[in-house]
Amino acid sequence: MDFLRPTSWRDALEAKAHHPDATPIAGGTDVMVEINFDHRRPTSLLDLTGIDELASWSEHGGKLRIGAGLPYTRLIDELGDRLPGLAIAARTVGSPQIRNRGTLGGNLASASPAGDGHPPLLASGAEVEVESVRGTRLLPVEEFFTGVKRHALASDELISAVHIAPATGAQQFSKIGTRNAMVIAVCTFAIALHPERQRVGTGLGSAAPTPLRAIEAEEFLSGELADSGQWDSPRPLDDSVVRQFGDLVARAASPIDDVRSTADYRTHALGVMARRTLGWVWDEYRNHPSSTGRPECA
Amino acid sequence: MSDHAPARSPQDLDDSIAGGIGESPTRPDGALKVRGEYAYASDLWAEDMLWGATLRSPHPYARIRSIDIGPALATPGVYAVLTHSDVPGENLYGLKIVDQPVLAVDVVRYRGEAVALVAADHPETARRAMERIEVDYEVLEPITDPELAAHDTTLPELHPGGNVVRHQPIVKGDPEASADVVVSGLYTLGMQDQAFLGPEAGLAVPAPDGGVDLYLATQDLHSDRKQTAQALGLPPEKVRMTMSGVGGAFGGREDLSIQVHCSMLALHTGKPVKMVYDREESFHGHVHRHPAKMYYEHGATRDGDLVYVRATLYFDGGAYASKTPVVVGNGTTLGIGPYAVPNVRIEGWGLYTNNPPCGAMRGLGAVQPALAYEAQMDKLADALGMDPVEVRIRNALSQGGTTPTGQVLDYPAPVAELLDRVRRLPLPAEHDSAPADIRDLPGGASNTTHGEGVVRGIGYGVCIKNICYAEGADDYSTARVRLQIIGGEPLAVVHTAAAEVGQGLVTVQQQIARTELGVERVNIHPNDTDVGPAGSSSASRQTYVTGGAVRNACEAVRDVLLQRVAARSGESIGDLSLSGGKVVSSATGVLADLADVIGDDVIEETREYHHRETYPLDEELGTSERAQVQHAFSAHRAVVDVDTELGLVKVVQLDCSQDVGKAMNPEAVIGQIQGGSAQGLGLAVMEEIRVDGGTIRNASFTDYLIPTILDMPPMNIDVIERADPNSPYGVRGVGEPPTISSTPAVVAAIRAATGKALTHTPVAPEHIIADIPR
Ligand SMILES: Cc1cc2nc3c(=O)[nH]c(=O)nc-3n(C[C@H](O)[C@H](O)[C@H](O)COP(=O)(O)OP(=O)(O)OC[C@H]3O[C@@H](n4cnc5c(N)ncnc54)[C@H](O)[C@@H]3O)c2cc1C
Repeated sequence: MDFLRPTSWRDALEAKAHHPDATPIAGGTDVMVEINFDHRRPTSLLDLTGIDELASWSEHGGKLRIGAGLPYTRLIDELGDRLPGLAIAARTVGSPQIRNRGTLGGNLASASPAGDGHPPLLASGAEVEVESVRGTRLLPVEEFFTGVKRHALASDELISAVHIAPATGAQQFSKIGTRNAMVIAVCTFAIALHPERQRVGTGLGSAAPTPLRAIEAEEFLSGELADSGQWDSPRPLDDSVVRQFGDLVARAASPIDDVRSTADYRTHALGVMARRTLGWVWDEYRNHPSSTGRPECA
Repeated sequence: MSDHAPARSPQDLDDSIAGGIGESPTRPDGALKVRGEYAYASDLWAEDMLWGATLRSPHPYARIRSIDIGPALATPGVYAVLTHSDVPGENLYGLKIVDQPVLAVDVVRYRGEAVALVAADHPETARRAMERIEVDYEVLEPITDPELAAHDTTLPELHPGGNVVRHQPIVKGDPEASADVVVSGLYTLGMQDQAFLGPEAGLAVPAPDGGVDLYLATQDLHSDRKQTAQALGLPPEKVRMTMSGVGGAFGGREDLSIQVHCSMLALHTGKPVKMVYDREESFHGHVHRHPAKMYYEHGATRDGDLVYVRATLYFDGGAYASKTPVVVGNGTTLGIGPYAVPNVRIEGWGLYTNNPPCGAMRGLGAVQPALAYEAQMDKLADALGMDPVEVRIRNALSQGGTTPTGQVLDYPAPVAELLDRVRRLPLPAEHDSAPADIRDLPGGASNTTHGEGVVRGIGYGVCIKNICYAEGADDYSTARVRLQIIGGEPLAVVHTAAAEVGQGLVTVQQQIARTELGVERVNIHPNDTDVGPAGSSSASRQTYVTGGAVRNACEAVRDVLLQRVAARSGESIGDLSLSGGKVVSSATGVLADLADVIGDDVIEETREYHHRETYPLDEELGTSERAQVQHAFSAHRAVVDVDTELGLVKVVQLDCSQDVGKAMNPEAVIGQIQGGSAQGLGLAVMEEIRVDGGTIRNASFTDYLIPTILDMPPMNIDVIERADPNSPYGVRGVGEPPTISSTPAVVAAIRAATGKALTHTPVAPEHIIADIPR
C-alpha cells in the first residue's frame, strides 16, 4: 500500500488527480475500521492530516467556512456558540478519542445514512465545497448524498470545506442509540429556526438511504408560524401543530429493519424527537427571540 | 524449552506487593496495565515467526464436497496449508463431550467452524492465501430452534445420538401440587458475549524433542494441554504451555481456539507460528452464553408461601457441546432460585443446533433461570398485593434448608439478610425538575429528553450460584511454594497453573503466602504446565481451590522450617510460628532468623487442595446428597429512569449486598462486584449477539454494545462475611453472583417504570414501546 502525504492543498489535489483510486484519510476513524474489517483494501492512502489549512475555519461574508479536516473537538470548542445544532451533534459522535480525530469532511465522504454531522447541515442549508485540479464546486448538502455510502464526488475531487451560516435562531439535535454514549445512531433528528427567513429547517438521519430533510414538515411549520404571526410575537405552540409536525417528520422517513432497530421504532422515535426538539427550540425562541440555541450540557 | 522462547509475559512480576490476608494491596500488574505497557498474548513475538490464519465456514450447516488447497499453497510467502487430513492425532476435542473437529471433515455445523489453516510470512499473505482455498459446499437447511431440536424427531441428527446434549429433570415433593395463587410466564434470553478485549492469541514454538511450546492466553492450561496433546498425537509432557497476558476471559477462554491450530502449523513448518484473531473472528471463534427459552409456573398460598415451582428450560448449545451439560446441570439445580420450595418439577434441555456454539460464561447456567424466577417472584408479589422484597424474604432459603436436589445447606445462606440489607441502602435523590446535565437522563449524551416521558422505577433481584465444579467432578488445584534466602532476605515463590484473568488471583496468592510464611517478599512464578493442574479460572473457584493449595503448600514449607528449629531448640513444634521473617516461640520469643534456618537451602513443597466430594444427580429425579460444594448469594436493587415514549433507559443506581464468606482482598471483592454488576446491566439493556438463520449479524463492538461509563451508574456495595466452615479461610466465591442478580433487578425496575411485561432480555427500546402491558 502506498502512502501519500502532501503538505499543501495544491499537492493533495495533484496527488488525487494522479491517483484517482487513492483513498483519502483524515482522522482515519472510518477508513481504518474499514481496512480492519477488510471491507476495503486501498492501493494507496492519501493522508490529509499534513495540510494545516484543511484543519482550520474562517468567516467570509456572513458565512463560516469549516475546513474538511477540522476535528469535532475543535468544532465544538471553537464554533459551538455559533453552530449549536452541529455542536450538539458533534458531541454525540463516538468518544473523546474519536472526536479528537474525526472530521466533518470524513463524515460527509463516508456518506453513511447514520452520519451524525449530516442532519444539522441539512437543517441549516449548508453547502459542501469540493475541489479538484479542474476547479471548485459548491454543492447544497442534500445534493451531496446520492445513495447509501455514496456521494457526488468525482474520482479526482476532494472535499475542501463546508459553508454554513451561523445560527440566527435556536437549533437542536437529538439522536437515538441503545447506549447512553458512543453509539451509532438508530435515528437522528436536527431542527434549526431561521427567524430572518421565517423558515424552519430539518434533517433526518438513519431514516432513509440518505440523510434527508422533512420538507413537508418544514413547509407546514414555517407556514403555520408565518400565518399566525408567531415569528414576531411568539406564543406557546398548539399541541395540534406540534403533533402534526411530528407526524410529517415521521412520514418523511422510509427506514428499514436492521440489526440496530426496527423500521417501526425508527418512525415512532423520529416523531417523538421532532415534537420534543421543536418544543425546545420554540421555548428558547420565545424566551430569547434573538439568541441562538445553546446546548444543554457542557 | 527451545532457544526460540519469547520474552516472558509480565506474569513474572518481580514487584512484591505489600499486605497479607484481609488487606487490599494494589495489583502487581496494575500500573503496567494502566500505562498500556502490559504485554498480552497478542503481543507475543519470536524471531523468524510465521503468521497463522483460520479459514472458517461461511455456512451454518453444509456438507463439504471437496477442498482444494492448491492455489493457496502456491501463493508466494505461504509455508503451509492444512486441512483435517493433517491433524496428527485425534481430530476431535471438547471440554465435556469430545465432539468438535479440530478441522471440519465432511460437514460444517456452524457459521465460523474451522475448515483449514494457513501459515505465511505475513498476516496479509495468510489472509489472501485463505481466500484461495476452494471449498465446495453443499448448503443444508440449518436447525436454529432449540425447542424444535428437543422434540422434532424428523430433524436431521447433527451428531450421532441425536440433538439432545443433556436432558435433566429435577423432582422434589409432589410434582403435581396445586396452589391458590398461580402465576406463569414464558421468558427468553438472548445470546450474550463475554466481550473480553484481548482477542484469542498465541505463539507456538516447535521444540527439538518433537514437542511444542505454546505461549497463550487461556483460563486453564492443563485442560488445554490435555485436549491439544490428544489432537497432536503427542504425550502431554511434549506439549508445554506457558501463560501469556490474558485480556479478560469470563468463560470464553475455556474452550480451545488457537491451541491445536497454532501448534499444528508450528510442528508442520518447523517455525514459530503466531495466531491472533481480529475482533470479528473472535466473535466466531469462541463460545457465547446460552440463549434460553424458559416456561415457568409458580404456585403459592394466599399468604405468599411458595407451594410449588414447575419449569421447563431450553438452552441452545449451538453446534458443539462445550459446557452445555454443565449449563443444564446448573440451570436446573438452581432453577428455582434461592428459595425454599416444597414441591418442584424442573426439566432442563441442552440442545445441539446450527447456531454458534455456546459454553462457559460468568454465571454459567444460573443467569438464565434467574431472569425467569425473579420475574415470577415479582409477578407473584403483584398477584398477592405484596411487596416484592417481602415475598422474597418470606420464601428465602437459609442455612439448614434443602435445595430441590435434596441437598441440605450446611453453611450460611443469608438470603433474607441480603435482601433486607440491600433495600436499606440509601436511594438516590428524586429529581423534581430536569437535571442540568443531560448525561444523567435516559439517552445520555444523545440529547433525547430534557425530562419528557421520564419515569423512575425500582426493582430487586437475588440469586444463587454454585461455587466450584459440581456433580462429582474431582475439583482441585496444585501449588508449589519455594522458600529461599536471596540477598540475605527470605523470598517465597508461588508457582501454580492458575490463570490470572483479571480477577486478582496473583494478588491473593501473594497475600496468602505472606501471611502463612510471615515473609515480606513473595513472587509469583509464571503460570505453566511444569506444575500440577489448577483447573479453570471459572466457577468463582480459584481463591477457594488455588487459595487452598497455596495455603497447604505454605503450611508444608512452614512445617519443614519449624521441625528444624524444634529439633535444634528442643521446643515443642506447637509453640512455634513464623512472623516477620523470624521463627518465634510462644514460650521463649524469637528463636531464629529465617536466613539462618534456611541458609543456602531451597525449601520447596508442592501440595494439592481438593474440596469436599460432590455427587452426580440422579438421572430421573435429580436428587443428590451434595450436588454442589458451596453456594453464593447476592441481592441487587436497581433504580432506573425510563424514557417511556422512546424506550431509552438510564440505570441511575445499582446497589448490591453480597456474602463473600471472607474478603481476602476487600478492594478486589468490590472490583468483582462492580464488574459483575456492569456485565449484568449490559445483559439487561443492550448485550445481545443477534443470530439470524444461524449467522451472527453483529460480530463487532460497533453493534455488540457493552456498557460505557455513562451507562454504568455509581453503586452502593455492602459486603458481608459469613464464613463457610468448609472452605479455606471461610471464603465464598465472589465473581459470578453479581452478574446474575443485577440483570433481573434492572429488568424489574424497567417493568416497574413502564408497566410492560418485558419477557425478553435484553430489553430493547422497541420492546418498551411496543410491548404488551403486564
Ligand atoms: C468508535 C467509533 C465511534 C464512532 N461514532 C460515530 C458517531 O457516533 N457518529 C458518527 O457519525 N460517526 C461515528 N463514527 C464514524 C467516524 O468517526 C465519523 O464518520 C468521522 O466523522 C469520520 O471522520 P474521519 O476524519 O475520521 O474520516 P476518515 O476515516 O479519515 O475518512 C472517512 C471517509 O472520508 C474520506 N475522506 C476523508 N476526508 C476527505 C476529504 N477531505 N475529501 C474527500 N474524501 C475524504 C475517506 O477517504 C473515507 O472514505 C465512529 C467511528 C468509530 C471508530
